[in-house]
Amino acid sequence: MRPVSGERKTRKRPLSGTGFAPFIIRRLLTSIILVFGVTFIAFSITQLVPGDPVAANLGQSAYSDPEIVAAFEKEFGLDQPVPVQYYKYVTNLLQGDLGVSLSSKRPVAEDLKEYFPATLEIALIAVLLALVVGLLLGIISAVTRDRLADQIIRVFSLTGVSMPAFWTALTAFYIFFFVLGWAPGTGRLEPGGEAPPTVTGLFTIDALIAGDFSTFRQAFSYLLLPAVVLAIYAIGVLTRFTRASMLEILGNDYVRAARAKGLPEFTVIRRHVLRPALLSIITVAGVAFSSLLAGSVLVENVFSWPGLGQYAYRAAVGLDLPGIMGVSMVVATVYITMNLIVDILYRIIDPQMKDSA
Amino acid sequence: MSAILKKFKRSKSANSIWRQPLAVVGIVIILTWTILAVFAPWIAPYDPNAQDADKFLTPSAQHWMGTDELNRDIWSRIIYGARISLPYSLLLVFLSATLGSIIGAISGYAGGKVDSFLMRVTDVFFAFPGIVLAMAVAAALGPQIRNAVIAVTIVAWPVYARLVRGLILNAKQNDYVTASALLGSSALRTMVVDLRPNLSGPVFVLASLEVGNALLLLSGLSFLGLGAQPPAAEWGSMVSMGAVNFDRWWVGLFPGLAILTAVLAFNFIGDSLRDALDPRTAKALRD
Repeated sequence: MRPVSGERKTRKRPLSGTGFAPFIIRRLLTSIILVFGVTFIAFSITQLVPGDPVAANLGQSAYSDPEIVAAFEKEFGLDQPVPVQYYKYVTNLLQGDLGVSLSSKRPVAEDLKEYFPATLEIALIAVLLALVVGLLLGIISAVTRDRLADQIIRVFSLTGVSMPAFWTALTAFYIFFFVLGWAPGTGRLEPGGEAPPTVTGLFTIDALIAGDFSTFRQAFSYLLLPAVVLAIYAIGVLTRFTRASMLEILGNDYVRAARAKGLPEFTVIRRHVLRPALLSIITVAGVAFSSLLAGSVLVENVFSWPGLGQYAYRAAVGLDLPGIMGVSMVVATVYITMNLIVDILYRIIDPQMKDSA
Repeated sequence: MSAILKKFKRSKSANSIWRQPLAVVGIVIILTWTILAVFAPWIAPYDPNAQDADKFLTPSAQHWMGTDELNRDIWSRIIYGARISLPYSLLLVFLSATLGSIIGAISGYAGGKVDSFLMRVTDVFFAFPGIVLAMAVAAALGPQIRNAVIAVTIVAWPVYARLVRGLILNAKQNDYVTASALLGSSALRTMVVDLRPNLSGPVFVLASLEVGNALLLLSGLSFLGLGAQPPAAEWGSMVSMGAVNFDRWWVGLFPGLAILTAVLAFNFIGDSLRDALDPRTAKALRD
């Protein structure tokens, strides 16, 4: 991509150029600041609200023994003043150290390495499903605007965003596991099932790498139902968004012009409506992906899926500050990275769009 | 008489909310839930906490939706549940809309460094996994429906802040705002008298779109045990009882349907309101 600079070269600030390199550097810097902002807010809020992590993590009898309490506080640095705790957290973070979880007593980074891939696996499938189905339904809905198909799809997609995920999970589990016996049950593998050698942490991919097709089939059958349940909300969001952005473009004069010059309707939609709409749809899909990571809390709870959501839940209930911060960091980093990628894609696809941030 | 009526009908704009079937359905559902909530003691066939029946009775003429693990009538509990879910969701939306609007208004009006600082803070909250923060706050404050409301308010305000800031930036360019400032209006007066009328419509529409989400998040927290506590009849925590006894389908199914219908109704209304308003508002809400 050639840098598009020139007209605004007179500006003095070094990073204010409209070229590609300054744009990327500027966006990267903002992203890093955002990640630190997230740690700061997570830290302040968990400090501001009352709640005693010591009481939450020690048993009743241990908690009444001042010596044990003091040792616990010392071990996890809770005896230090809050600003010192934060300073230590950030300096450790810069070295890739996320601290030690109060509840699992293991380094948070290790915990996350174990739990994150499980969630990533269902979230990836869910977002792919949502993209395919959501785009398709959205396009049909926009093209048949106000006709029967559109009305049905609108009600359908609104229902999708209105269903409580935990209830959908429960109902799906009842129907497909208990009544029909199609779904295998909870967890990632059958009880006693051996995980494939870890490469990516995604069981399906790892099984394929190891050439173990029976484990692949098993892992896939276990993740399908949670992934579909997780996808329902995202399908609703993407359908609605695709419809809205296509309708907005359909009203443009150049679409009328394309029709007037006799292009087949299919070509008009594909070339003149869908392509420009795709940009904003990608943005929404990126945001939807990170909201899936967070939304997995409720779905994982029902399916006993050992992922980030379950870990977050345990960390929150146990007032496990390093754990909460770790999960927040992961999800926020994914969100920020997604936005960054989308911004860069925008620049590549549409060089006319000058950065406004 | 009929002539007047006709004229009245015609004077309503073609896309008025009453012309949209989905909106009417939504309003009817919410009205039904409101009536059930208000008159719960007279409508509910049983005391929601009475443990007189048998355990896990399947739905029947006596117990329309069966009974739960503690021998309680599920339909009665759902009716009483409306008394928790609906008002608290509305309160939650009111609180986060107010907080977000104030922050957005200050940001847009002050401009400069204050603006960029507040907007960066908003960005950070957007990046934040809402439910994780809400879980942490709710757990720290102690599991109670009131604390769940506070927790969700803390994560839900940024959308309003962004919207209001944009609207203020737009409205500030009007000559009458400059004129009012030249006449010596204080910042507060300018905001309340001159700028506020530009905000109410869009903020109201966004709020109506957010009620459903608020209800989902609140009942989600209760499902996890971080919201309403037993024995309170709350829809989310009733579903969690169904999750423990998942082979008794009626225990979780009906409270979930209650949540679904209420959220769906709010979304029908919010969606129709947005479509009924002028395209400018619709656009501002989408950006």
